[in-house]
Amino acid sequence: MLSFIIRRIFISIPILIGSTILVFIMVKLSGDPLEYLKLRNPPPPHQTILNEEHRLHLDKPIWEQYWIWLRDLVLHGNFGPSVHPTTDIGHEIGNRLFVTLRLVLLAVLIALIFAVITGVVSAIKQYTVTDYTFTFVGFLFLAMPTFWFAILLKSLGIWINGLDGDPQTQIFYTIGDKSVFLTDNSGWSVFKDVLGHLVLPVIVLGLVSYAAWSRFQRASMLEVLNSDYVRLARAKGLRSRKVLVRHALRTALIPLTTVTALDIATLLGGTVITERVFQWHGMGEFFLDAVSDKDANALLGWLLVSAIIVITFNLIADVLYGILDPRIRYE
Amino acid sequence: MSDQLKTGSQSPTTPPAQRTGGQVEREFTVRDRSQWQQAFRRFLRHRLAFGSLVVFLLIVLVAFIGPHVWKYTYTSITPDNSQPPSLAHPFGTDSLGHDALAQVLRGLQQSVKVALSIALFATIVGTLWGGISGYYRGLIDSTLMRFADLILTIPGLALAAALANNVGGAWWMIALILGSLSAPYVARVVRGMVLSLREREFVEAARALGASDSRIILRHLVPNVLAVVIVNATLLVATGILAETGLSYLGFGVRAPDTSLGLLISDNQTAVTTRPWLFYFPGLFIILIALTINFVGDGLRDALDPRQTRQRR
Repeated sequence: MLSFIIRRIFISIPILIGSTILVFIMVKLSGDPLEYLKLRNPPPPHQTILNEEHRLHLDKPIWEQYWIWLRDLVLHGNFGPSVHPTTDIGHEIGNRLFVTLRLVLLAVLIALIFAVITGVVSAIKQYTVTDYTFTFVGFLFLAMPTFWFAILLKSLGIWINGLDGDPQTQIFYTIGDKSVFLTDNSGWSVFKDVLGHLVLPVIVLGLVSYAAWSRFQRASMLEVLNSDYVRLARAKGLRSRKVLVRHALRTALIPLTTVTALDIATLLGGTVITERVFQWHGMGEFFLDAVSDKDANALLGWLLVSAIIVITFNLIADVLYGILDPRIRYE
Repeated sequence: MSDQLKTGSQSPTTPPAQRTGGQVEREFTVRDRSQWQQAFRRFLRHRLAFGSLVVFLLIVLVAFIGPHVWKYTYTSITPDNSQPPSLAHPFGTDSLGHDALAQVLRGLQQSVKVALSIALFATIVGTLWGGISGYYRGLIDSTLMRFADLILTIPGLALAAALANNVGGAWWMIALILGSLSAPYVARVVRGMVLSLREREFVEAARALGASDSRIILRHLVPNVLAVVIVNATLLVATGILAETGLSYLGFGVRAPDTSLGLLISDNQTAVTTRPWLFYFPGLFIILIALTINFVGDGLRDALDPRQTRQRR
């Protein structure tokens, strides 16, 4: 197993390098990062522009720029200079990564739990009112634009907060990833504060994935329930609970693992929108700023971290196969 | 529907009253229909899917005809500002006096146009991409598929935002970008099918009879992949409209002075409690389009599945 994981990590390195090259070219084609300086009125001294070009390595050919970026990253762990002279990209990403990661992980966890439960219940009670209800809800959330739902939920939270007539009440936190001022700085109250801020964004981010995954879980559970070996397990006289959990569910979870891992990239895209609505200072905001500033190195850093997250999730999915499916053994 | 179709029923449960003369003979003969005719009939009988198709087509019709018929255009400013929905302004007006219905109609037109183009473009490119990969295998396959993998490891919305930031918000550029980023998904599905199809006996037989590559691809592989491709294309319209509106919400899609459903929601998000009509109507149209399209796709999947021999009632 360990050698399999190590081999997989080595295989992902060319994929990572490939995706950075792809994005590097796209970012370079997408415009001049010093446009804001050149359009300034009155125009800055020519030397200032030349200095900035030199600092950002824009005076070198594109392949050399990429090489410098890669060399600095591998040798010094340095993400390269930002358009903003005082910003350290690596430091910035380090600060924001865990803000976004706790949102993503919690959303995935909760979406998975609910998707498996409703998918399995739908499949067992196929063509009943329960099944139709879950199916309808699933289709509805699949069709719901994330940002629209997020704004709706946010205004609902504000409305509930104001119900008792006191604007200071905070039942739902609707802005930011944590409170700016906390009267009590003990670990427990910080934890409670962070958790409180997570509630609405996690619901938003989780719901879209939940809808797709529960539909998927229902289909794969149905297929397993109608298979011969489950019929055999029932015919042997096993208790139905044991048949459902040990025989059916275990197999039906395998396809969901793949889909979950594949959807992580989409989910990271979803955090950009969720963070924008709830005004979080996470990776999503960092990304949006980088795009508007045409900050090539910041974008590359963001992309690299996202790609690593996606690849890690795929690796976890592969390891889970081995646990869920006894036919797969990694040598 | 013709009389022939009615009596040419495939089940022997026709009421006895109809069993007269020549009809008895016809009762047990099955009218021969091509696979497509059967699929079409199955789809017609899938009420939810067929109803959804009608609703979706109506929305498309409204999107393209509506702006020419309605008395206001999306740029015209009326003296009424911040009016709730009324007879004169069915969707109300915003604080500047824009008629919200006119704006929603324009947004609908732009969003639908982008979504349909995404689906069309991604389907054509993705089918070619996956088809070539699967049919020729080897180096061509691994090069093309590694490239697809690369695109799929990058969050699509983010990549689209980075690319669209510099194209000025022309609708066809947005469609082109989102379409290219959706193509790898189609390519993967098509490649998988072609890989297994090309080993099947009927392809071997065609090759033994001396069929050329292009004949095998066009006459034997394409018709077999088509059903899945069509279903996929339908569902792409739904993801396409969600992607376009998301991108416009972030400010990288369709831009002012033009408008789209996503941009309308973005502009009116602060009005959600004070003038909710500005916020609800664009959102409801997005949901309606995505929902009906998903139902149509689901119905098509059932109808085009050749293993499903029973026709839905």
